[in-house]
Amino acid sequence: MGTKKHHISIITGNDAAAEAVKLCGVQVVAAYPITPQSSVVEALSKYVEQGIMNAEFVTVESEHSALGVCIAASTVGARVFTATSANGLAYMCEQVHWAAGARLPIVMCCVNRAMAAPWSVLNDQQDSMTMRDAGWIQIFCRNNQEIHDTVIQAFKIAETVHVPVMVCYDGYILSHTVMPVELVSQEKVDAFLPKYVPHTILDPSHPRNLNPVTLADPRKDGSGTLCHGYMELRYLHQEALLNSPAAIVAADKEFGKLVGRNWGGMVWGYRNEDAEILLMAAGSLTMELSVAVDAMREEGIKVGVLGLRVYRPFPNKELVEAVRKAKLVAVFDKSLSYGNEGPICADLKSALYTSGVSPVVHGYITGLGGRDVKYRHLIEAAKKSIAALNNGNPVKETEWVNVQI
Amino acid sequence: MATKILDLPEEEYMLPGNRACAGCSLGIGFRHILKALGGNCIFTVPASCLTVLGGMYPTSSVKVPWMNVVFPSSAAAASGLVAGLKATGREDITVVAMAGDGGTADIGIQALSGAAERNTNFIYICYDNEAYMNTGTQRSGSTPIGARTTTTPAFGKQQQAKDVPKILEAHGIPYIATSCPSFPTDLYDKVKKAVGIKGTRYMHMCAPCPSGWQFPAKDTVEIGRMAVECGAVVLYEIEDGVFRLTSRSKKLAEQGELQPVREYVSVQGRFKGIEDETIEAMQSWINKRWTECIKRDAENR
Amino acid sequence: MSTPCIGEAGHTGDWRSVRPKFDETKCLAVKAGRPACFQCWAYCPEGVIKKEIGTEVDLDYCKGCGICAEVCPAGAITMVPENAEDAE
Repeated sequence: MGTKKHHISIITGNDAAAEAVKLCGVQVVAAYPITPQSSVVEALSKYVEQGIMNAEFVTVESEHSALGVCIAASTVGARVFTATSANGLAYMCEQVHWAAGARLPIVMCCVNRAMAAPWSVLNDQQDSMTMRDAGWIQIFCRNNQEIHDTVIQAFKIAETVHVPVMVCYDGYILSHTVMPVELVSQEKVDAFLPKYVPHTILDPSHPRNLNPVTLADPRKDGSGTLCHGYMELRYLHQEALLNSPAAIVAADKEFGKLVGRNWGGMVWGYRNEDAEILLMAAGSLTMELSVAVDAMREEGIKVGVLGLRVYRPFPNKELVEAVRKAKLVAVFDKSLSYGNEGPICADLKSALYTSGVSPVVHGYITGLGGRDVKYRHLIEAAKKSIAALNNGNPVKETEWVNVQI
Repeated sequence: MATKILDLPEEEYMLPGNRACAGCSLGIGFRHILKALGGNCIFTVPASCLTVLGGMYPTSSVKVPWMNVVFPSSAAAASGLVAGLKATGREDITVVAMAGDGGTADIGIQALSGAAERNTNFIYICYDNEAYMNTGTQRSGSTPIGARTTTTPAFGKQQQAKDVPKILEAHGIPYIATSCPSFPTDLYDKVKKAVGIKGTRYMHMCAPCPSGWQFPAKDTVEIGRMAVECGAVVLYEIEDGVFRLTSRSKKLAEQGELQPVREYVSVQGRFKGIEDETIEAMQSWINKRWTECIKRDAENR
Repeated sequence: MSTPCIGEAGHTGDWRSVRPKFDETKCLAVKAGRPACFQCWAYCPEGVIKKEIGTEVDLDYCKGCGICAEVCPAGAITMVPENAEDAE
């Protein structure tokens, strides 16, 4: 790689995503405007009108229809893409479940935004988290380069495991902030991502009825072969998700070989080799955590970042390994399972429960509705946890960072 | 030249032994719709009685490809099929969305309006059994005034039905047609014509329902005929904005008068106990529409 | 992914309480000795009546709705109780 010059663009996260979609030869795009997602599909509509992207762009009248169009187009064998945020994602909720249940390799960007009410167009991750149980793969990106690269990887993953992939990245913080991004060349994308070969297709010469009413128990088809009931289909779906880390890691590795960078597969770390204290988050917050870690390392604190890249399937095994030597993990969630705690924090605790690895886990709620998270807030929180650890004092089950109440 | 019953194709695409209720008019209509389409089509169907007719996994009662979709999504799914088929070079296949009145007039109207506004190249067929029959006869936007449903149990519906073809006409789409399985050749010819037109084609099929309308299953065809005789259903088509009465409605306009709606109402249990003033309201609604239809038809002759 | 088959819902003929009985001496197609009428075929919601002279019903799947008897212009079809002795 050393001597070769790379073309670096200074672009927003939304443009980084759109460029990737173009490179992936997506054939059908359907989307509806919502802040802060809109500029992804504005860019795509421009590519289509300019003729530099050979795709059908369907200007639907709602997010519900956006994913509805993608589901149908994917079913007849097209590679499809859509993007949304917050209430748009909530509005397409039943389609989100349908896309996964129908096992369609749809890729959707969720440009993370707070859920209303009250209205907020700013960032947190409540939207994606609300969809965590729908059966999609969810990948969180930390910067614009990762967005670009992950969209390309997402198609490969989705088409390998037949599960849709949601590429999640923080609204405004990434979507509207320009950063240096090296666009992958078309040749490399073509080498990485083969032409889409659909696993089911609707064809008049072989009439099939897709996703009809399915009984609880297995039932025989016309030739007497016993076919799955609803529960067996759900089991297979879960199995596909639980097995998908192999495909996710493989895609990231292969991409790395081809392009010269990868993103850690399921989880990643920063200065965490000897870390006793781990600060964990998903998305762009990990970048702020890295700054906090650098500052705390200056003070001699053995602290590192634990970056959660893939939230579903939840990387239970990888996380147990990642926290094995830590005394404390402080988890910073940008969303909340109301009435409980941050979803990442809860899931980490669940991963550790039977592992025999038991660092203290503290949960922090941060940055809801676009509340600015500064590295000093993160340091304060981390130190609070460290103090509690050293004094044996309990911290509250869930602390809120910089809440002025 | 209008097709005669003898000339209707023998080929069947809907298979016997399906899950539809005995005497369901949807079965009659669907058979002839499929005959007119001739097999080179893909259906998309939301939650509806047609889903039930289509069958349970892993067997299907229909010899055409079929994609089930969520309740509000028929027209969006059709848009996706059209886009996907174009993108994969299979534009010769006719895309058909077929939904009930709830899936069309109520929960599906947003997607339908969007697809029609985009003039998406597909046929949308609403089979109108005038309530949510698959979920147990709840009131829909298409339920006529006075009809008792499980959500208008005592007094019957208080409002007139929504005129969905008229709503679609406001979208300026190239073809709109109404039909009823009691007039199968009229239905067949309209679907045939629709297949040859590009853009959004909207078809509204009155679908008498023995269990929901409460009449004996043997009377399905007769009830549909009575609906047309009294003008509760008017058979017409609108091609590029040109309105024409067709089949029996055309003859009724030429030859004589409509039957009073009272008779049509009296043979259906759903109108049992209906008050005279409700029948009058229904009659005046029918008269007003019929006058308008005759006028529009005459303008185009 | 379902595949098409006859009898998706089983032998729907079992749903029947009455069944159609044809009087071929009255059937217009039989009398004419050529394709004629075929109203019973066209209006059958099940598609269990063949478009043939000398009409037969697939009783495995006929649900016994009685529409054919109603639409027959010649009165050639009557609905008879399913469990009654066949008059023939």
